Amino acid sequence: MKKFNTVRSIAIPMGTPNVDTDQIIPARFLWHPQSDGYGKWLFNDLRLNEDGSPKPGFILNQSPYQDATIIVADRNFGCGSSREHAVWALIDYGFQVVIASSFGDIFYNNSFKQGLLPIVLPEALLIRLREAVERNPAHGHVTVDLVAQQIEGPEGFKIGFDIDPFRKKKLLEGLDDIAVTLTFNDQISLFETNYSQAMPWLLPKAV
Amino acid sequence: MALAKTLFEKIWDRHTILQQSDGSTLLHIARHLVHDGSHAGFRTLRERGLKLRRPDCTFGTPDHYVPTTTRDMATIKEEGRRNVVTSMNANAKEFGMTMFGLDDIRQGIIHVVGPEQGISQPGLVIVCGDSHTATHGALGALAFGIGASEVTHVMATQTLWQTKPKSMRITVKGQLTAGVTAKDVILAIIAKIGAAGGTGHVIEYAGSAITGLSMEGRMTLCNMSIEAGARAGMVAPDEKTYAYLKGRPYAPSGKAWDEAMTYWRSLPTEAGATFDKEIELDGDEIIPMMTWGTSPEEAGPINGVVPDPADISDPEKREALQHSLDYMGLKPGMHFTDITVDKVFIGSCTNSRIEDIRAAAAVVKGRKAKIWAMVVPGSGLIKAQAEAEGLDKIFLDAGFEWRYSGCSMCVGMNGDLLNEGERSASTSNRNFVGRQGRGARTHLVSPAMAAAAAICGHFVDVRTLNPGQEP
Repeated sequence: MKKFNTVRSIAIPMGTPNVDTDQIIPARFLWHPQSDGYGKWLFNDLRLNEDGSPKPGFILNQSPYQDATIIVADRNFGCGSSREHAVWALIDYGFQVVIASSFGDIFYNNSFKQGLLPIVLPEALLIRLREAVERNPAHGHVTVDLVAQQIEGPEGFKIGFDIDPFRKKKLLEGLDDIAVTLTFNDQISLFETNYSQAMPWLLPKAV
Repeated sequence: MALAKTLFEKIWDRHTILQQSDGSTLLHIARHLVHDGSHAGFRTLRERGLKLRRPDCTFGTPDHYVPTTTRDMATIKEEGRRNVVTSMNANAKEFGMTMFGLDDIRQGIIHVVGPEQGISQPGLVIVCGDSHTATHGALGALAFGIGASEVTHVMATQTLWQTKPKSMRITVKGQLTAGVTAKDVILAIIAKIGAAGGTGHVIEYAGSAITGLSMEGRMTLCNMSIEAGARAGMVAPDEKTYAYLKGRPYAPSGKAWDEAMTYWRSLPTEAGATFDKEIELDGDEIIPMMTWGTSPEEAGPINGVVPDPADISDPEKREALQHSLDYMGLKPGMHFTDITVDKVFIGSCTNSRIEDIRAAAAVVKGRKAKIWAMVVPGSGLIKAQAEAEGLDKIFLDAGFEWRYSGCSMCVGMNGDLLNEGERSASTSNRNFVGRQGRGARTHLVSPAMAAAAAICGHFVDVRTLNPGQEP
């Protein structure tokens, strides 16, 4: 996984609540391997007509938002299915940060596995940031500094954010989860032995 | 004296391998359930030269991509999709997990098969690369959905890094009235707390209306915890749970059963234990429910009307509601019972168990469907059971299609989709934009309500069709 650095970019204001994973990536694309690249299907049915031409009304197709790498969303972004493909699509399209007042829990966890930073802000602050971004489309730059855990936006917006330190470290260093976990292999094995002894009914059973 | 603990805390603590100073916890995974959509995990294991750490704890069955008109995989036209299903057999063989393939009567939707086989048991941490894993919480387990990277992580390490979620108790008091089901209860809960109401929480459902539910009903309830935003949903194990498990193929037996029972009986939340959030509903007041919009929180009782955006002061919320109504093709003030339906789908991990099929059949018996409708049982065993009871005949005589098991039109990955603009009465779990096909309009209801819509061609309070249940 790529190391996460400070991000400075135009931000897309997306004020719709409950942006679900079916909208982010419709189910009919999910059988493709990740290596096919999922960016081309991001928000497919919102962004593209059936003939593949862009829908001019959708914000990702509008200037100056084509180059944005940050989304300022609403509540419950990424709700719905567990499909990590939703994160693949956002990352492959070029997004690095999504800011919302809440996320679908599984989407939130999946984001860290692919180097997408999901930031939770209290609703009032989120709306303030989104409105500042909306009022300054051409200069609506937002800076996200993960090391300092700080967001800066238009009109002097500046606020800190929380992140679990273990996840922060993994993002900053681009660490692989499985490799990290296997450094605890002895503890895992010991736990498994004790667990099996305490719960013998879970041992394999011939059926 | 030790602090009183909740069911959730007891399971969490029992599966904690280690906890770091920042609170992140490495959890042991007792059961990993996989389906055809989990294929990427096996590919990564192979690429990285890793083993499936605990084949004995890994169980799978193909469900998302399987055809429901036949068991012949050759009928899956696109090679890529077909490979997703067929590669599962090869993966099971190579990595040694237990697998119920398409040629096995035990095949079905993974969240139906786990409990049915006795694989899902009280007091376990159960995960699956599918958001509806919360279903297994009905047995008193901590069960939650995970993404593809976490699936691979579990395959390789039998563990997951988790931050302890908050706890919420939803108490449904009283008793449900005749004709009201677990589906109506969960839709009423989501309508009350919202689609993000449970975010970051594990829900324990409690109260007399919950303990009064059958095991199938509890599965329907826990299944849609994710639609309330929750990580997991659970019901404390009780005599119904034990009776359900007894004699199931993978459930313990003999001396092992007694040992398990000692653990299981220690699990329920103790008096005095506290939750981060408490919600209460009155079960007597719930009536059959349906969704009218494009989020599961956009639900209301069947005697209701489509809401009016003009009544909402917040401009963004007003616009969102207008958006929902435009997509759904509905006008403010319309009575739900005046909404006509094009197609009916009875199935999915939410509502495809034998009790669901019996409830739908009871409505359909001796009547004819006015519109296209199909029933997709949750497993081969349920299909066989329903056929032994003659339920397939009831549906076929009424003009319904009777299919093989799979996820089918809940998510449409196998091609079971609605056409653009078509409106469904669906017993599934998500009414998202495009969920059942591009431009498709989904209304979520219980199996009995779906059956009633098929008979009438529009939504109707199913209780008006059942003598003795009239409201």
